[in-house]
Amino acid sequence: MTTSMASSAELDAAPPAPAPAAPGAEAALPAAAPEPGPRVPEECGVLTRGFNLWYGDFQALVDVSACIKPRRITALIGPSGCGKTTLLRSFNRMNERFTGVRTSGEISILGKNILDPDVSLIELRKAVGMVFQRPNPLPLSIYENMVFGLRIHGGAGRASRAGERETVEKALREVFLWDAVKDRLGARATELQLEQQQKLCIARLLPLKPEILLMDEPCSALDAEATEAVEELLDGLRSRYTIVIVTHNMAQARRVSDDCLFMLSGRLVEQSPTAELFVNPRDKRTEEYIQGRYG
Amino acid sequence: MSPLQPSSAPAPAPAPVAPTDPSALFTATDRTRRKLLTQRIAGIVFGAMAAAILLPLLVILGYIFVRALPALDWGFVTGLPEQGMRAGGIWPALAGTAYLVVFSLLVAAPIGVMAGIYLNEFARDNWFTRAVNLAVVNLAGVPSIVHALFGVGAFVVFAGLGKSILAASLTLAVMTLPVIIVATKEALAAVPRSFREACWNLGASRWQVIRTIVLPNSFGGILTGLILEVCRAAGETAPIMFTGAIVFKAVESGQLLPYNPTDQCMALSYHLHTVATQIPGVPEPMLYATAAVLVGFVLVFNSFAIAMRVRLRAKKKW
Repeated sequence: MTTSMASSAELDAAPPAPAPAAPGAEAALPAAAPEPGPRVPEECGVLTRGFNLWYGDFQALVDVSACIKPRRITALIGPSGCGKTTLLRSFNRMNERFTGVRTSGEISILGKNILDPDVSLIELRKAVGMVFQRPNPLPLSIYENMVFGLRIHGGAGRASRAGERETVEKALREVFLWDAVKDRLGARATELQLEQQQKLCIARLLPLKPEILLMDEPCSALDAEATEAVEELLDGLRSRYTIVIVTHNMAQARRVSDDCLFMLSGRLVEQSPTAELFVNPRDKRTEEYIQGRYG
Repeated sequence: MSPLQPSSAPAPAPAPVAPTDPSALFTATDRTRRKLLTQRIAGIVFGAMAAAILLPLLVILGYIFVRALPALDWGFVTGLPEQGMRAGGIWPALAGTAYLVVFSLLVAAPIGVMAGIYLNEFARDNWFTRAVNLAVVNLAGVPSIVHALFGVGAFVVFAGLGKSILAASLTLAVMTLPVIIVATKEALAAVPRSFREACWNLGASRWQVIRTIVLPNSFGGILTGLILEVCRAAGETAPIMFTGAIVFKAVESGQLLPYNPTDQCMALSYHLHTVATQIPGVPEPMLYATAAVLVGFVLVFNSFAIAMRVRLRAKKKW
């Protein structure tokens, strides 16, 4: 609670001035033009400025300018089809596999615009890992899943098997999975329970020492108990990683996140500390959404 | 209606619920019975059609093997044709078929598998990919006799290979490429997208994903495609007729490698064609025995493919 309060004070110091007030006028400006909104890159784990994305003729994201604070959990909320998953997938450029995707604007991670032509997707995704709706462990053993990242990046993984094992244990402990699987690291990961699979999918990102973890409704395939377990582990990761989580579940956003971004029809409507957004939304549409009038 | 008759019937009292006999609840009405009957008839008709596929196969196989029995023995398989092919065995033809199959596989397998991998894993949807896909489909639809003529022009004459095992194998390879490409593409496409996404998210390059995850999990399907290629290459007559097959070639009985790649060779399918239509007075059991060996060759490969697929599918868990 106290952390949220402190950061809300910070936020007040640098007013974010939500963009959608006059979207048409702002969209016309070139990206280089001085813009209102957060201008201090160091304070943002992920910073987007005037970001647009089109699937063919359909514009899925309109002039999104957001600042996601480092070492905190930020929830992306909004009704179905509002573009929150698209925005999330933009942070490690996973949308580009689809043909007809175009983007404009800027997404900065650690001060580097990841849309620059010299950005390597391989290096980017090493630093920005993603967890999906359905757990997707690879059809390999638990251990091989854990070291997959290290091995495909060579170098560190080649060092020593003992070091590798230590890394695996550390990562599995971080997601509270070690005790359950330590005796059967050779078992197939696809045979684990769903909850354990999802934990494994989070854990296998950690040996790569990512900066940012993206989670696309990580609990939507899980039952209540498993959801609680995953939320608990998110809480444990909070101070070490910048976590962005898309969720349909308002209660979950409230429980786990420090900050909230509310999106509607491809636009960012409101960005506030969670405690503030749910108690005292600044925008009428946010209020209507969190009261359950649509979505 | 209702606005025209404003208050003549004010709020009709709810109709009293007819006291029904609970034992008659949820039983079939005439309509339900008709529906069930239609369903049963459809099941029977479609089932009969499915059985109609099985029947000819069993009849053909049974008939061939029964008629072949008097001539079919080890000596027939490893022996040489004698008395103008009216006696003796079929060893040179069997060996020739094996040569053609192996050489065509050596050419078609790498090209087909790599092309399939490209089309499914690397290609974006652009004019080039569409052109390749169109070519694959059209190549699959070209009659084998046209492939034969192409083979004559391209390999026998233009490439200067002459009528030879090489020219015939290349012709067979061109003919069977589409099968391999399509089988490879389908096998790769069957690997769930989520595995690929998981790998990309760990920073794997596309090739690393293919090598570590996609290929090991689609191996069975690709193998099935290759084995189908073998069966097709072994059975075709037209493509090899003008490009490398010969009516008779003297080799040593039972010799494992009787040919050079630049030789012409005998082949089972062509041999069957010859003894059945070109040479008078061949004893009938010999004809059936030749067909039986050819069919047996294909069946052995096919059952190998099926066994492989069953085994690999049992290992998969997703």
